[in-house]
Amino acid sequence: MSATAPPPASGSRGADDAGDAAAGLADGALDRLGGQPRDEAAGPGRWAALGAGGIDDEPGTSLVRGALRRLRRDPTAILGAVLVTLFVLVALAAPLIAGYQPGRALPGSGITPSSVPGPSEAHPLGLDPSGVDLLTQLVYGARQSLVIGVVSTVIGLFFGMVLGTLAGAFGGWVDTVVMRVVDILLSIPSLLLAVSIAAVAGQSGTSVMIAIGVAQIPIFARLLRGSMLAERGADYVLAATSLGLRHRTVVMSHLLPNSLGPVIVQATLVLGTAIIEVAALSYLGLGAANPATAEWGRMLVRAQPRLASDPWLAIAPGVCIAITALGFTLLGESLRQALDPKGRR
Amino acid sequence: MNPADPLLSVRDLEVVFSSRGRADVRAVDGVSFDVRAGQVMALVGESGSGKSVTSLAVTGLLPARGVRVGGQALLRGRDLLAMGHRELEGLRGREVAMVFQDPMTSLNPVIPVGLQITEVLRRHTGASRASAKERAVELLGRVGIPDPRRRVGEYPHQLSGGMRQRVMIAVALACDPALLIADEPTTALDVTIQAQVIELLASLVREQDTAMLLITHDLGVVAGVCDEVTVMYSGRVVERAGRRELFARPRHRYTSGLLASVPRLDGDRSARLVPIPGTPRDVVPWSRACAFAPRCPAADSACASGHLALVDDGPAHVHRCVHPADEPPAAPSATPETAPTTAPTTTTGAPS
Repeated sequence: MSATAPPPASGSRGADDAGDAAAGLADGALDRLGGQPRDEAAGPGRWAALGAGGIDDEPGTSLVRGALRRLRRDPTAILGAVLVTLFVLVALAAPLIAGYQPGRALPGSGITPSSVPGPSEAHPLGLDPSGVDLLTQLVYGARQSLVIGVVSTVIGLFFGMVLGTLAGAFGGWVDTVVMRVVDILLSIPSLLLAVSIAAVAGQSGTSVMIAIGVAQIPIFARLLRGSMLAERGADYVLAATSLGLRHRTVVMSHLLPNSLGPVIVQATLVLGTAIIEVAALSYLGLGAANPATAEWGRMLVRAQPRLASDPWLAIAPGVCIAITALGFTLLGESLRQALDPKGRR
Repeated sequence: MNPADPLLSVRDLEVVFSSRGRADVRAVDGVSFDVRAGQVMALVGESGSGKSVTSLAVTGLLPARGVRVGGQALLRGRDLLAMGHRELEGLRGREVAMVFQDPMTSLNPVIPVGLQITEVLRRHTGASRASAKERAVELLGRVGIPDPRRRVGEYPHQLSGGMRQRVMIAVALACDPALLIADEPTTALDVTIQAQVIELLASLVREQDTAMLLITHDLGVVAGVCDEVTVMYSGRVVERAGRRELFARPRHRYTSGLLASVPRLDGDRSARLVPIPGTPRDVVPWSRACAFAPRCPAADSACASGHLALVDDGPAHVHRCVHPADEPPAAPSATPETAPTTAPTTTTGAPS
């Protein structure tokens, strides 16, 4: 303590005893000795993480608002959101948009080995090599991509969160065991895994979902473990423990919701890559067993022999894949920025 | 329980941190003190004196690995340090509650404050959701938060620092604990709020006959509310006395040095404050001698030799000094009258 005296009235409670004299103790000293209040700016990221975590908020007291406001001002985020919304709407409303049944060849389409009819009034994008309306195939392909992408991401997210929570909440040998398992998973290439699963479980959409999902488990597990380990030393965890809350409660209602932010961002990004992987697997012939199922990857395969004469047949699904993946990536990236307390402008 | 018995009685508490490849660190070395119902015991010392570690050890919140805890901490005769994990967990929050230093980080940011109160209530009292919520509203009102019915649904970031500390106090008091441990509860707050929070804590302690262990480095806080003061230095108790007694007649050189380095309202404004030279790092590590000797103006060879025990010096006044100070070295006290009683300020809170 030094002689930097504060205004004499500081801290005085007007007591009438000898102790009163000491009541003027330097508040400057307080600041030096004690912890400074934490920078407020570190806060909003967490509040936003809350919103993403799906905890309901009361009107007029929104925690998500900060992140949403930043997202609304970010053109990248808007572009990503528009692309993703468009994709989801198309996938959901596929039967309304498409004029035909997917995978059903139309009679009298005029397809010859050397040429495929181009756009016409009845078929805005023309036909594909097997005589199916191209727009219909694309629209139903979106639906297939969305379903497989979402389901596989949910699989990865769920098991990844279970493993990550176990490792992050208990630490010690549980952590070691879980993380070694995750390392083993990580060492298997996802395509190899998909081929193996297809070989064992038979070729189906389910195999694709499981293969892509399993390949994502390590990402989520490591991410959640890391962020839980970081949160474990937080004051509010100590405070919750000091109140006698059970370890389970501390983990589930304090540690986990605060660690979810990066995981949710990652899930958005992973959705994008999952859609690419769905296309890759169906391109390799590991997609749905029924050849009539509309899949972007399979459309690419079928367009391949006619790449020189009818490049449009390959470009159309290719553009769909690229735009959809781009949409998720842009959205995920700007979500990460909006939630990241450090990268705030 | 006999009202004369202390609620919490800490005996020869020892905390040793050990890590591989390094010498053990004895953070708390044979600390003993009592806390009585309806009274405030202050644990005073500078950073690193072991006061926070003492509170964490008593509540069993130190990590299990790399820490050795010895001695006893008897809460109503039951040793907290010998208790099993589960038993201790049931006791925390219900019998012993803590208020931490930084309200900015001690509340969970993603949960409404009301929920943080009700989860403690539901854990320990088995109250229903609805009744716990009512109680939460009532508690928030009692700690002086205006419009508590609206505030229960709000998140920590919507409250100011002082409000958040009030919420922390409400959480701690939710189950009417017998012992409240406040670890520097005002350090992160600004001065006007500090006074309010300390007043609040003191009045709650008086109303509910709670025992409070107040950990602080702020002598202003001590002067305001405490009944008894224990001064720690280098993990050991160097002096203990009633508040009036301590401020009027500090005996240990460290205590008198602390008091001399604090500006006084009633003293001579032109007199310079007397800082304590050096830093706590200058200490002779964990010898049985006086750890303060390297910084002490009165130190001589006697301070460095032998085992220094706590010496009785007047009623309920003990210290561990070879050359006790006679007078406060700086500005003589304006109220030299020395209270002869053990706890001069217990006008309230005496158990009936």
